[in-house]
Amino acid sequence: MHELSIAMGIVDAAMDEARQRGVHVNAVHLRLGALSGVVKDALLFSYEAACQDTPLAGSRLIVEDVPVVVFCPRCDDTRVLGSVQSFLCPECNTPTMDIRKGKELEIFALEVEE
Amino acid sequence: MSEPRLVEVRRNVLKQNDVIARSLREQFRQAGVFVVSLVSSPGSGKTTFLEKTLTLLQPQYRVAALVGDLATENDAVRLARSKAPVKQITTGTLCHLEAAMVQNALSDWDLHHFDFLFIENVGNLVCPSSYDLGESLRLVLMSVTEGEDKPLKYPTIFNSADIAVITKNELTTAVEFDWQTARNSIESVRPGMKIFRLSAKTGEGMNDYLDFLAAQLREHRSIALK
Repeated sequence: MHELSIAMGIVDAAMDEARQRGVHVNAVHLRLGALSGVVKDALLFSYEAACQDTPLAGSRLIVEDVPVVVFCPRCDDTRVLGSVQSFLCPECNTPTMDIRKGKELEIFALEVEE
Repeated sequence: MSEPRLVEVRRNVLKQNDVIARSLREQFRQAGVFVVSLVSSPGSGKTTFLEKTLTLLQPQYRVAALVGDLATENDAVRLARSKAPVKQITTGTLCHLEAAMVQNALSDWDLHHFDFLFIENVGNLVCPSSYDLGESLRLVLMSVTEGEDKPLKYPTIFNSADIAVITKNELTTAVEFDWQTARNSIESVRPGMKIFRLSAKTGEGMNDYLDFLAAQLREHRSIALK
């Protein structure tokens, strides 16, 4: 389980942003891709532990799941995959590895107070 | 206290790792060394496979290996029998290697002395998938004893890898391993992935894989020169 190291990375990054802006963080908004290799539940569980004894103690982690989006060469368009176990275009069944989204592990917003 | 408000930020959580990985990749390119990282489950035969790889490449190529392990140095001791330079990275409780660990381990090695560098990750098919180590090629290893649906159970790591090696081919009949099902599983999670079927124990099938590595090294160097 590497979610604790990831959670600590999130806390460090959020603390750094908070320090630069001189604000207090109430919540961290994270984009989590289906191919990020990170398990959401384990991450949420680890987050609380990672926040302990830091200025982020008591803050929330809000996760936005990002599905895998591939480009299908046959449809000439992007398609959302329903599962990471099948890299086939859901419209025409063409195999594709042209991944456009789904690897995100990114803080995109902070809910803050002065 | 003012009202809570939302501020937009854009921060990749693994940025620090990615920055180091990029710098390692550039170092490898400049030194002309082809770097292969190995990921697999515990017990799939990673160390035997790597020992065989190092031994068979050595007459022609200069090879070295870094091995990640939670607690012991057993793997490094086994690999040292190949006479190739081997260094252990003991991760403690950490379940994966990170780019900074590779960078530290390489600090006193001159990469120009090597053609191939192998990095054996900790036996784990989950955690290593998120961490770029700067490698030129990520190899996922599984053995016939693990079942044909392993790729479907661990799609992320198979998807992130470049080639798959299925080893312990000598046990295929005993465990009734169905090759077509296994190939279909891999094709489903990673279309077009190159698959090598071999036995590290008997050496069967090793040549195709070694020829592939040699061709990759030539290509790596011709690109590096441009």
